[in-house]
Amino acid sequence: MTDAISSLGAVGRPVSIHTDDAAKARLKGRYRTETWFKWLGAAAVALAGLFLVLLLSTIVTQAIPALRQNYVTLPIDLSAAKVDPAKLDEVNYDAIAQEALTAKFPDVTSRQDKRLLRGLISTGTGVFLRKDIAADPGMLGGTVDYAVPLDDFADLYLKGLLADVGSDEAISTSVTPSQTSGDIDLTFGDDAMQALARGHGATEGENGMLTLTSGASSLLVAFNGGTVKLTALSPAANGTVIAKGTVIEALDSTAPAASGQAFLRVIETPEASRKISDKMIVWLDTLNSAGLIESRFNSIFFFTGASREPELAGVWGAVVGSFLTMIVTLAIAFPIGVSAAIYLEEFAPRNRLTTMIEVNINNLAAVPSIVFGLLGLAVFLNFFGMPRSAPVVGGMVLALMTLPIIIIASRASLRAVPPSIREAALGIGASKVQTVFHHVLPLAMPGIMTGTILGMAHALGETAPLLMIGMVAFIVDIPGGFTDPATILPVQIFMWADFPEAGFQQKTSAAILILLVFLVIMNAIAVILRRRFERRW
Amino acid sequence: MKKFLLTASAAALALAASAGYAAARDQIQIVGSSTVFPFTTAVAEKLGQSGKIKTPVVESTGTGGGMKLFCQGVGENTADFTNASRAIKDGELKTCKANGVTPVEIKVGFDGIVLANSKAGTVVDLTKEQIFKALAKNVAVDGKVVPNPYKNWSDVDASLPATKIEVLGPPPTSGTRDAFVELVMDAACQEEVKAANEKGCGEIREDGAFVEAGENDNLIVQKLEANPNAFGVFGFSFLDQNADKLQGHKVDGVEPTFENIASGDYGVSRSLFVYAKKEHVGVIPGMQEFIAEYTSDAAWGPDGYLADKGLIPLPDAERAKSAENAKALKGMGS
Repeated sequence: MTDAISSLGAVGRPVSIHTDDAAKARLKGRYRTETWFKWLGAAAVALAGLFLVLLLSTIVTQAIPALRQNYVTLPIDLSAAKVDPAKLDEVNYDAIAQEALTAKFPDVTSRQDKRLLRGLISTGTGVFLRKDIAADPGMLGGTVDYAVPLDDFADLYLKGLLADVGSDEAISTSVTPSQTSGDIDLTFGDDAMQALARGHGATEGENGMLTLTSGASSLLVAFNGGTVKLTALSPAANGTVIAKGTVIEALDSTAPAASGQAFLRVIETPEASRKISDKMIVWLDTLNSAGLIESRFNSIFFFTGASREPELAGVWGAVVGSFLTMIVTLAIAFPIGVSAAIYLEEFAPRNRLTTMIEVNINNLAAVPSIVFGLLGLAVFLNFFGMPRSAPVVGGMVLALMTLPIIIIASRASLRAVPPSIREAALGIGASKVQTVFHHVLPLAMPGIMTGTILGMAHALGETAPLLMIGMVAFIVDIPGGFTDPATILPVQIFMWADFPEAGFQQKTSAAILILLVFLVIMNAIAVILRRRFERRW
Repeated sequence: MKKFLLTASAAALALAASAGYAAARDQIQIVGSSTVFPFTTAVAEKLGQSGKIKTPVVESTGTGGGMKLFCQGVGENTADFTNASRAIKDGELKTCKANGVTPVEIKVGFDGIVLANSKAGTVVDLTKEQIFKALAKNVAVDGKVVPNPYKNWSDVDASLPATKIEVLGPPPTSGTRDAFVELVMDAACQEEVKAANEKGCGEIREDGAFVEAGENDNLIVQKLEANPNAFGVFGFSFLDQNADKLQGHKVDGVEPTFENIASGDYGVSRSLFVYAKKEHVGVIPGMQEFIAEYTSDAAWGPDGYLADKGLIPLPDAERAKSAENAKALKGMGS
């Protein structure tokens, strides 16, 4: 076909400027630019998507451990001797729970070790116990099996986040202990253990002596129903190795363990660089192998307020605070914003004053949010004397921040209603107010709603303006009303990210995830509203 | 729609109005230092758990910001307590007085910073100037500001051992580092360095002689044990708890002992305070309970939960006295 055309040209008809070679080259160039632009655009979107996936997957993987919490089931003695039913508030429930735990480890006698052992269970145990007994007095009078939340370090260890622990391996030689408790000597039948210790960071000394300091991996030998931690190894006669060790769990007897009867457990992370000691690990493993530890859905995280202890910290207080704040924001910003938009768009005369107002509203939308916080501090707190840290003040500050966004969105969607609707209404005798409220506003409403929801979503993620009015605070109690002290989700995230305890890392990610879920829901509602009710002309 | 708009705005107005005339506050409000924040929040939570009063609200505004809010006046819209990592200044006290506020000072503990090494290492007697010379990023040599040239302690001062300068300390994000910089580096800053760069005094060398060992003071302790030549910078409580393995060094001739830190003789320490507003006692419920909880041995004692969170407790006698003054609500300047 092309051949036919070009030959026609050759026959005599003058070649048009649209078909000559230069034109073809130009056309090709234009297509090339277009292809380039398409590829660049696709690359930009792909890059953004990649970052989004990266961010989300990091948050999600970090957040998952926070969704579960480990509990240890202990037989708690709630007989009348321990708990006087008449004086429930005066009982030291923590001590009762701690006694139940120490009873599981009769070998642990020193004061320091007992303190370590007590540290395995959460310091909030007493509070839970008291609450549960108040709810169910039937628990009293005997011993009940009660699930106690573990302390954050114990919990993190069981989730595998605190130490790198190898699996138990059988030792292929005999092991003979000198005693059953205290600092003891262990005789190994061959020198395989020395090579192992060298491989795990043991310090070389004189005469082939190897020392395992707290900077090396921990080598634990389990046999005869107990566990020994090795501290030093030295070669002895006949190729045997004598190891010094500290008994963590008492052995049953000093009988030699035959080859394959003793097990070695290596904790790769040196004791010095982890927050949980070898003893605590051994105790936890004992409880775990006895089937007393179970991982449950972390209801504490979802249904309690803030806490200084990671295992007791929850988001509910912040969620309620965010909810209360958003209600105030909506109740103020929506009616005022929409009314202002209607007046400016439908009623106000076009003059210098309204133009100036319009320009200023647009400027206001671009003002940094911290400025609204300062305004809130100066006006609401200092001038009107409203309470600090209260959702009502937070809501008002955020309403001021969202107002320009709502006004601009509402005006745009009012303007999008075609004049023919207004003319028709006015033509059949409707008043201006009737026209606007019966005809224009309902048609503009989906757009207004979308703008409002996006504005609210923006407000939900703000922390800066609330810093000034005292909502960035440590608040434990769940707020019960608009004037109770409260904090909000983003602030909670900010504060948790700042706490030194390792357990707060997962909580931070989980809280971010909750905030994201709320934002996604709000944006989804905006999309649905637009899809369902929007009318096109 | 019209009706909805009307109700919504009415509700908004009602809300705004009711907030202005809220009922008397039944919850303690605390502001102030971020250094004391971890301790005060722990006390607040414990008190809330006991069920005696509502859990106090604790804000971290910094010492200066806290004082401003605290001294603003008397009334339920002002803070009841403020945390401070230094004593109240005369100017702040004056503002307080002028606004009718009588602060009750509660010294809650110390934040002492020590230079220590393993017991296997040598004992040295350092001055702040020597520490500055050993650790500053830039020092003055013959009147010229140069990047720190000192490799061994003996280069800094002939009386010191000829071992490599190797100091493990907290990273810049740590409050301990801030205090160390303020109390040692800034205090002993050479004139030439100060003249060259106002902020240069606080800069610590980054050529490997100073090793940032992480926020965990425990980790520093363990590393010192393994390396007798290294020194560590950390809180006194860790030296105290590891007294069997570590030794502290004199700074400006004063040994870092409990008594010396408590008396203020040891130069690298600061006291932590909580100030209560006397006028609010009996008005805001729980003021006395909060003071009682903070000053109980279960909280600020040597084995208390605040020590677990890192507070250096006051010596017994001073603790008793501080508790007594606090409970008697002995106001300042009255």
